[in-house]
Amino acid sequence: MKFNGHAWKFGNDVDTDAIIPARYLNTSDPKELATHCMEDSTTPDFAKKAKPGDIIVAGKNFGCGSSREHAPIAIKAAGIGCVIAKSFARIFYRNSFNMGLPIFESPEASEGIQEGDAIEVDADQGIIRNITTQKEFAVSPVPAFMQELIAAGGLMAYTKKKAGLS
Amino acid sequence: MTITEKILAAHCGKKEVAPGELINAKLDLILANDITAPIAIKEFRAAGGHQVFDPERVALVPDHFTPNKDIASAEQCNLLRQFSREQNLSLYFEIGKMGVEHALLPEQGLVLPGDVIIGADSHTCTYGGLGAFSTGVGSTDVAAAMITGECWFKVPESMKFIYKGRLGKWVSGKDIILHTIGNIGVDGALYRAMEFTGEPIKKLSMAGRLTICNMAIEAGAKNGIIEPDDSTEKFVARRAKRKYKFYKSDKKANYVDIREYDLTGMEPQIACPHLPENVKPVSDLGSVNIDQSVIGSCTNGRIEDIREAAKVLKGHKVHPYVRLIVIPATQAVYKQSIKEGLVDVFLDAGAAFSTPTCGPCLGGHMGILAAGERAISTSNRNFVGRMGSPKSEVYLSNPAIAAASAVLGRIGRPEELL
Repeated sequence: MKFNGHAWKFGNDVDTDAIIPARYLNTSDPKELATHCMEDSTTPDFAKKAKPGDIIVAGKNFGCGSSREHAPIAIKAAGIGCVIAKSFARIFYRNSFNMGLPIFESPEASEGIQEGDAIEVDADQGIIRNITTQKEFAVSPVPAFMQELIAAGGLMAYTKKKAGLS
Repeated sequence: MTITEKILAAHCGKKEVAPGELINAKLDLILANDITAPIAIKEFRAAGGHQVFDPERVALVPDHFTPNKDIASAEQCNLLRQFSREQNLSLYFEIGKMGVEHALLPEQGLVLPGDVIIGADSHTCTYGGLGAFSTGVGSTDVAAAMITGECWFKVPESMKFIYKGRLGKWVSGKDIILHTIGNIGVDGALYRAMEFTGEPIKKLSMAGRLTICNMAIEAGAKNGIIEPDDSTEKFVARRAKRKYKFYKSDKKANYVDIREYDLTGMEPQIACPHLPENVKPVSDLGSVNIDQSVIGSCTNGRIEDIREAAKVLKGHKVHPYVRLIVIPATQAVYKQSIKEGLVDVFLDAGAAFSTPTCGPCLGGHMGILAAGERAISTSNRNFVGRMGSPKSEVYLSNPAIAAASAVLGRIGRPEELL
């Protein structure tokens, strides 16, 4: 699987309140949540400006704070192709796999990509390419069990199969 | 093995587990609230779920935007209500019985030492204060767990925090955890278990221990945990609705990091905007005026917290430029506050005293800040926009400091009240 888009840069410790403020959590409608994506971040007009396929590139501990799955839902529904960060907060990491937002851990890419750079992520090869600067970065490998979950079509598909539900 | 490893091993039918190992653990309780349950219910149905694995082990607590703050919130709560009736859930808490989830479940004896618990709320780590393994997950994890009664975990590495010394007056569990987060940072325990030990921890009330474990997530941890002891036994014996078991770490257990802190002489700690790691001793702050003070939340809304605030506030008036909002975390705390005359203290001082809700902690309702406003709060997060306008500010403290600050009109200590 490949992702192509332009980079939107964010700093360290981007919290889930910045990704989707709690004042909008009286709904779980992805389209509605998408219009407020990153509203309390350093780029408040992100939802208006981001184009389908664009890529979020952040520092350490992306998605810290609340367990709200609304955060990865808002990012995905805003049309973002994938998120690259130095590291992810654990509940956000888990949630992204569970609901199908592709995320990639790569400290090198986080450092080596600037706002607006054209990026290509080759998930199968585990390589992030900065087309603008012609540099390549390695993706930290996804744990085997997570790969199994992805292959099964996500946690619910996996659970459905395991529980013998139709 | 550590206490965390022992509990996880016991719940996946193994004699031993090691950090990094992936396990499927049986769950003693699953929790969701009015924000996270709607997505979980939707996913549960979409996967073809008909019946939850055990209607006595799924707790739904509508506490965040309740009593319903608007129509959309009312719709979300209705989803929980209808699902609970359809599934015969014994642990659905309607308004009038509802309390802030992480104060309510320990108080009612529904989460116990030795349990494995997941909740679609990041502060589910609170129950580590009882000697349980409990951790926050998302709605989809809860949806899957409602079907199977199980959840997969990577066994976390453990960090040991050893505290020494004596706590000063007006210094509490909140100050211990703020000081620790200030030291290791908001990702200082990422993916790890935080095990809190030492004499000052043993001397803490269960309320203080729950406060400490509540904020383990603020250091990125998977769980916080404290070995159960006589105080734990006293707390759970009269509340427990099921059997429970005490686990203790082996003397030779492995820790990825061990840190020691001497708490003698430590001042009350304040987390400044906009991260819980921006921690300073209160006297380092200088003059910081406030517009609002909030006492409550899953971190500090227990009766011990309300008592502490009332003790400081008694005989004083809230500063004319400050709104003081006091929110007992549960109905039992509310009732006890009336019984002990604490509500009179707050009302006489000119404070608002509310029905239980998470309310302002996450900028839901009951005390939203305008642009340029500043609050001190006993809650757990001070991110940008956490309590309202993205141009407002939140400082975090213990209840005594929040009460004293409400009188002073600026962040200050109880000793400053004349």
